[in-house]
Amino acid sequence: MEVLLSCLVGMLVAAAIYLMLSRDLLRFLFGLILISNAANLAIFVSGRLITGAPPLIEEGQDFPVGEVANALPQALVLTAIVIGFGLFAFALTLTLRAYRTLGTLDTSEMRVAEPKDPS
Amino acid sequence: MAAAQDTPLPSSPGQALAGWIAVLIASAFFVGFWQALGPVGAGGSLRWSWDWVPSLGISLSFFVDGLSLTFALLISGIGALVMLYSTKYLAGHKHFARFFVYLTLFMMAMLGLVLSDNLLSLFVFWELTSITSYLLIGFTHTSPESRRSALQALLVTGGGGLALLAGIILIGWVAGTYELSEIRAQGDMIREHGLYLTILVLFLLGAFTKSAQIPFHFWLPNAMAAPTPVSAYLHSATMVKAGIYLMARMHPTLAETDVWLWTLTIAGTSTAVFASFMAVKQTDLKQILAYTTLMALGTLTLFLAADTGYAITAAMTFLIVHSLYKAALFMIAGIIDHSTGTREIDRLGGLAKAMPITTAAAALAALSMAGFPPFLGFIGKELKYYGALAVQSEPLLVAGAVLLANALMLVAAGLVAFRPFWRGTYATPTVPHEAPWQLLAGPVILAILGALFGINSDLIATPLIKPGVDAISGGELIPADLKLWAGVNLPLILSAVTITLGIALLMVHRRMRAFLDAMETRLPSFDRGWDRFLDGTKAFAVWQTRVLQSGDMRQYLYVIFATLLVAVGGTLIWTGAFQGIPEMPGLQVKHWVVVLLIIAGTALTTITNSRITAIAGLGAVGIGVALIFIIYGAPDVAITQLLVETLVVVLFAVAALRLPVMKPEDGFPNRKLDALFATAIGLVVAAILITVTTGPINRRLTDYFEASSWIDAYGRNIVNVILVDFRAMDTFGEIAVVAVAGIAAWAILKGPKEDAK
Amino acid sequence: MRSVILTAGARLLVALLLVFSVFMLLRGHNVPGGGFIGGLIGAVGFVVYAIACGTAEAREALRAPPEKIAMVGLGIALFSGFMAFVMGEAPFTGQWLFIGATETEKGLPLSSVLVFDVGVYLVVMGAILALVFALEEEV
Repeated sequence: MEVLLSCLVGMLVAAAIYLMLSRDLLRFLFGLILISNAANLAIFVSGRLITGAPPLIEEGQDFPVGEVANALPQALVLTAIVIGFGLFAFALTLTLRAYRTLGTLDTSEMRVAEPKDPS
Repeated sequence: MAAAQDTPLPSSPGQALAGWIAVLIASAFFVGFWQALGPVGAGGSLRWSWDWVPSLGISLSFFVDGLSLTFALLISGIGALVMLYSTKYLAGHKHFARFFVYLTLFMMAMLGLVLSDNLLSLFVFWELTSITSYLLIGFTHTSPESRRSALQALLVTGGGGLALLAGIILIGWVAGTYELSEIRAQGDMIREHGLYLTILVLFLLGAFTKSAQIPFHFWLPNAMAAPTPVSAYLHSATMVKAGIYLMARMHPTLAETDVWLWTLTIAGTSTAVFASFMAVKQTDLKQILAYTTLMALGTLTLFLAADTGYAITAAMTFLIVHSLYKAALFMIAGIIDHSTGTREIDRLGGLAKAMPITTAAAALAALSMAGFPPFLGFIGKELKYYGALAVQSEPLLVAGAVLLANALMLVAAGLVAFRPFWRGTYATPTVPHEAPWQLLAGPVILAILGALFGINSDLIATPLIKPGVDAISGGELIPADLKLWAGVNLPLILSAVTITLGIALLMVHRRMRAFLDAMETRLPSFDRGWDRFLDGTKAFAVWQTRVLQSGDMRQYLYVIFATLLVAVGGTLIWTGAFQGIPEMPGLQVKHWVVVLLIIAGTALTTITNSRITAIAGLGAVGIGVALIFIIYGAPDVAITQLLVETLVVVLFAVAALRLPVMKPEDGFPNRKLDALFATAIGLVVAAILITVTTGPINRRLTDYFEASSWIDAYGRNIVNVILVDFRAMDTFGEIAVVAVAGIAAWAILKGPKEDAK
Repeated sequence: MRSVILTAGARLLVALLLVFSVFMLLRGHNVPGGGFIGGLIGAVGFVVYAIACGTAEAREALRAPPEKIAMVGLGIALFSGFMAFVMGEAPFTGQWLFIGATETEKGLPLSSVLVFDVGVYLVVMGAILALVFALEEEV
């Protein structure tokens, strides 16, 4: 399954980059969401997969019984999801603000914000 | 410019206080170091040490031996006199107090530099002297010339500083310590080491830029844009001598090889000869002095090349001689400027009547500089000839160069200290008048010391020069005696030749100057070369910024992802780590369902032109990912994923009301190329992940967390325990990011509104 | 578009979600849950409320401005880390107090990590709400 998920991550990355390279900022945002999903999955898969045993210590035990899922990537991914959401929300507000100011979502038309020629 | 204080305003009491505090600090240091003369003169040394950054081996340790004590006394003593001088020189200046803050900071940095026993803290102080001298040289910040000179000095010495840092790190790595007192003992090992040459080159780059050896000399004359007291301080005993100090300090560790000997001999000789010709060609008092400083630095470098007792004694003695007379003469140049309103030697003459004390001090200092007996300068010069004849490389050539430089030095001394006072009378912008005592104290004291030390050389020989030579040579060489009269021998004859030649050249000075002017126009100008170098750097920066920061987001993304593709994909191919796609055993229907759900969602998002469809597709992907988390035992992550997915949909739904509908992408060119590019990166990412997951895994951290989660941290949910206990500091940083993102977005939306165009 | 059923339902839902979010927060140390999840649930509750009844009412129900909640949460988290510092340990080391502990029962556990998780809860909820409210008021 690790191998299948690795391929899935590759596909997600490819789709995400294709979307991010679009001139349309909305598509860029879709790509951003996909690539953060891909990143989270990549971290999760790198910690190896163990089916159906959450990293919990049962009542009365001092250690987890048997083999449980790797807790470290889970902790990393958990915060990464929330931060990824923060990043997405911030990008979304920037998009809104840019549209309000510039009146377009086409990034090639947004170059007015940058100096045109060297001075 | 600097000295344009023709009618000094009365300084306010607060200002005057700032000046006197600075004088007091410098004097206190001087008295403190004076106390160390006894133990150091007796052959001992003092050392203090505090741990600073123990994990990096950086300690704040100070070490006083003959060499550092000599420097410390010169820095604090001349510092006190220069500060006293400045209280009057800059009286009424708008930034009077600021000046003293800079000057005091500079003095501290300089003291730290010569007293540090740890190479890394020495480097910190080294850079501090660069920065504070930048502030001092650019003190007249309204003048573009001043700013340019300051920046030039900073960049040249700062660039050398970077090389020095690299050298320090290498030597620390080779020697296993950054403590100079320990490195010194390992000189033989370091000289044998394969990295010796690299270390040497890096250290010499640092020293040569700081001490203005050819070809890094050009910043020093430009630094004359500083107020005269700064020049007096920086170019006598401090800033420019830092490089000399470094070479002397590293002498036991790095010297005694052919590379050292020849590099320093060539650099020192060429700098000394070049600078002495340039010196006599100048017409501005300060410029003459600047080039004679260069000459002195060249001579010192030359003597540090050798490892004979004579050469090192000559270096130590000349170091002190030069500091004394150069500080005095700079201050005198300031007095002349102050008093007459000009520093052009062709417009000065006959000041002796109006300024008798200045005249006397100038005469004493200049006689020492020109090397007449019985001044310390004479002993210095004799030792130079002894030293030059003892240099192992090319004694005759070196002695010849030293002779020529010394003769020209005599000319320069005549130009600075005799002409303005005796020959003829010229109308000057202001009527000459004698300077007040604060201005006179420095030159007079220093000039008298030059004579006193010459007549009774034991005053400095035992307490400073002998311990200094011991420190430079690592105690292996026997210091030479300082004698006014050593009988008729070759050095004495050379002295006589020097004086005769010097006086002769002084006679024909004007013709020589014209000749040198003509010569100079044929030589390439380092100063202009520097400008071209800077312009080139700036043009390159502009070009690079244009390329990388085009303002087109697609291009940014292409640069970023192409780097990823080349770096990661290239590494994969180069190392051959990717072994192909292995078997996929144990796949069940539920796995395929989830994977297909994600693929379908992704495909939908990628190809659709409808926002609603795209959001639905993203939702499918999000839920699919959450399902994977559930299947593989990550309930916390799955819940988080689902909640975030919900919020994403809500946010998109809200924002979509304000945003235009998506246009079909048919009109966009290059989308096929984009697709190819994206696919390539996807393949690389998949390959790297497969490589990672089929390799071994290190579960050390996970094992630790599993073992201690309940026993140590009283938590049964290991993921949560990691988040709030084991890695709580990380989590804190992460929630800080979340908080900042939320508030920044809020501020963007609530901020001042600009209407759409 | 103001649906009566949605409005009434939302009031009930937000109350339930809030209680649930606190529940998730408190149990998080031993079973799935915790500050991140609790904060997200709380935020979802208020977002639903804002959609149903408008942001003005949601802000009123929240009582404090969300951006301040986030900052207070950050302060609480920092404070919990500081506790260990005061006790002479490395910052953010968990500090525990078992109230009424006996030989067999460990009593009511109070800890700095719970305080920290409360901080996380407030930051996540506050930051998301600050953003969502501002976004909705934009429209």
